[in-house]
Amino acid sequence: MDIDLSQFTQVFFEESLEGLEVMESELLKLTVPQPDPETINTIFRAAHSIKGGSATFGFNQVAGFTHLLETLLDEIRDGRREMTANHQDMLLLSVDLLRNMLQALMAGQSFESPQQQELENRFNQELSEVAGVEEAPDNASQSNEKSAAKVSETKDSETKESETKETGLSWQIDFHAGADILRCGNDPILMFNELAELGELKVSLPAQELPEFEDLDPESCRLYWQLQLDTEAPLERIKEVFEWVEDDCEIHYQQLPAKTQLVEGVSPQEQAPISTSAPDSQGAATTAKVESGKAVAKTAETSSIRVSTDKIDMLINMVGELVITQAMLGQIGQQEHIDDNALLSLQQGLEQLANHTRDLQESVMQIRMLPISFAFNRFPRLVRDIGQQLGKKVELILKGEETELDKTVMEKIVDPMVHLVRNSLDHGIESPAVRSAKGKPETGRITLNAFHQGGNIVIEITDDGAGLDTGRILAKARDKGLVGAEEELSTEAIQQLIFKPGFSTADSVSDLSGRGVGMDVVRRNIQALSGSVELASTPGKGSRFTIRLPLTLAILDGQLVRVGEHTYVVPLVSIYESLQVESSKVNKLSEEHEVIRLRDEYLPVIRVYQEFNHLAQAKEVKEGLVMVVDNNNQKVGLLVDELLAQQQVVIKSLEDNYAKVPGVSGATILGDGRVALIVDIPGLVTMSGLNQTQEHAA
Amino acid sequence: MTESNPATSAAAKDQSQQYLTFMMADEEYGVDILSVQEIRGWEATTVIPNAPPHVKGVINLRGTIVPIIDLRQRFGIKTLAYGPTTVVIVLKVHLDKQYKVMGIVVDAVSDVFSITQSEIRSAPDFGQDTDMRFIHGLTCVADKMVILLNINMLLGNEVLPDASQLSSLLQQLDLEQPQAANL
Repeated sequence: MDIDLSQFTQVFFEESLEGLEVMESELLKLTVPQPDPETINTIFRAAHSIKGGSATFGFNQVAGFTHLLETLLDEIRDGRREMTANHQDMLLLSVDLLRNMLQALMAGQSFESPQQQELENRFNQELSEVAGVEEAPDNASQSNEKSAAKVSETKDSETKESETKETGLSWQIDFHAGADILRCGNDPILMFNELAELGELKVSLPAQELPEFEDLDPESCRLYWQLQLDTEAPLERIKEVFEWVEDDCEIHYQQLPAKTQLVEGVSPQEQAPISTSAPDSQGAATTAKVESGKAVAKTAETSSIRVSTDKIDMLINMVGELVITQAMLGQIGQQEHIDDNALLSLQQGLEQLANHTRDLQESVMQIRMLPISFAFNRFPRLVRDIGQQLGKKVELILKGEETELDKTVMEKIVDPMVHLVRNSLDHGIESPAVRSAKGKPETGRITLNAFHQGGNIVIEITDDGAGLDTGRILAKARDKGLVGAEEELSTEAIQQLIFKPGFSTADSVSDLSGRGVGMDVVRRNIQALSGSVELASTPGKGSRFTIRLPLTLAILDGQLVRVGEHTYVVPLVSIYESLQVESSKVNKLSEEHEVIRLRDEYLPVIRVYQEFNHLAQAKEVKEGLVMVVDNNNQKVGLLVDELLAQQQVVIKSLEDNYAKVPGVSGATILGDGRVALIVDIPGLVTMSGLNQTQEHAA
Repeated sequence: MTESNPATSAAAKDQSQQYLTFMMADEEYGVDILSVQEIRGWEATTVIPNAPPHVKGVINLRGTIVPIIDLRQRFGIKTLAYGPTTVVIVLKVHLDKQYKVMGIVVDAVSDVFSITQSEIRSAPDFGQDTDMRFIHGLTCVADKMVILLNINMLLGNEVLPDASQLSSLLQQLDLEQPQAANL
């Protein structure tokens, strides 16, 4: 095969997974029993392209299974079958199954699941009920389609049987090349080379069917080869070599008894040959491609992103302007004397350059931005399934789906969100009976809302359920020793308790929630993205989780500070204020810990130079500056020598070439080319041991 | 990314491999030339807080943050003041799946030698306690001993350097060197 299909498989996987998402969201929109024909069409199209693609790449299992779906959908589309809730269920389950299949293929593993058999049976049963009469038109409509695949349900089992027979066998292949084969750019030698990789190959060229010399057209191929191949590869693998030429060439495959020599002139017809000619080629195209599937898995790790052409056009425009500005500056630079005029245009040029660079930077960042609907889309299904499982009626409302968010942030925020929504379903929303008893509508409501606020994206997860049971939480916390028996806590403090490790109020551990690993992991994951999560809850009315995240992880507004002779960057968002503190307001708690009094508050002070082992100018609090920063909603003072400039910095990884450094979240390059390290405030607080003392205090 | 792992390529037994050698305290060391990315002069680094003393800090290498390791200190040799002739060799260190770019500070770059596998003697055995995996082998070029380093082992484990082991190893290495040279 002279085209390496594997380079396209990654695209196929991505498109198929997207197709599955489309199918899923459309399926959830379906109304039974009178579905919107447009919705059915969309689902059908998605299923159809998955089938076509998987057949082209030889993922038989996927193609075969999708075919069942497609047949059912086709009948519904043509109005020959009525849509039932059962169908909807089956189709949704199939989407899950297909997703698992694709994921297994991507990982290069074989996929086996009893669920598949079960679903296939359900489909076959369903299809056979009415379709007995309909079979003929069904087939006709099938062949009209330009589908690359035509797989019958028995195909899979056939393949498996033949595969077992084929191991370690000898094949004779008669290959009559089509006259046009060379013009089409197919080189038989490449195909033979590929065959030779599969096993031991003998090629012979019987001199027959050659035209007279006068009639010879040097560009036409009139050759006929006899190939003998000893291989362990299945027939499908051999056929795959000829995949691109089988329409134009006549190819006969014949199985020989093992290790026989090539017998001249054996007629292919004698031993019930398996012949492949044009009409059957579609079948061959669907054959399993196990080996190449594995090869793909290795390359499948690279992730890609889809960018709208608008964004790319904008980038190209900006680069164009940048080039113009550069040319202008270059011209000025070539002048021998820079007079006042030239200086003026130089300054203008530099200003333009700065503008363009900033615009370009913003546009490049835009490329990584995706609408949050990518993350939201999975929730309708989740809510439906879990709602059914729990016997609760829930309505899901999505708002602000167009809000854009960095792809890397998006990938990492989905799991915490799933957890919060599950929690709302499990603990928040009451059962219909309880709800109507409380005078609420039977159907509960969960709202996902996303919007931008400053340089952050805010995601709110609101439910109108029972709210947090503060009494129970407090009792549980006392039970677990998280709170002393005598201690009284404010409602807010009690609500914060659910973020403590090992805390769970669920009476029974279900597979939904209640394992007590939940909320603290959610909070940790969000904090790892330099975000925060807050909770507001009113008993009987519901709760709201608010997640705040930076829009991107690549750029940060930073305050440069000096500690001794070292420059550090502190994220601007976490700075409240910076001030000089008189020694009268400094209280020493111990040799190491100090607090300062700032208005009505007492704040612990961390001496940055001490934690980082640097020599500093300001060794005592009164000598330097105290920068009041936020550490998980608590104020902490950092002692530094001096504040320098504020600037946007591009975050570079320190881990790529070195290792994770405590108290440092990354590095950046300053205007003069030097490297400055970015301070990780929570990390620094942990280093200073302040966290422990606070835990004890709470 | 070119794979270059001299230790495992058995097929290359008779093929000669090129090594870049450099001087440090009158000893000559060699590294596989394929892992050398560039050679540059010493420049001021940004210190990494609480890093081991032989990690001098990080520099900006055309937008990449690259840590700089003082090989003298790593080997427990007395340090010299850095001057304009101090050289940093930037190396690609291969780890399991990815690679890291790191710089090593050495006294001076010396030469490039072609050395075949058969000319390389394995490092002397210092006993069980001593991890010698970062020495690929010893070889003699023009009656001088060259210590060939396996930088993947030497710098790949940079995260957790075992200082006590290293210093003891260095002493032993110093003791053994005359013998090794006589081999």
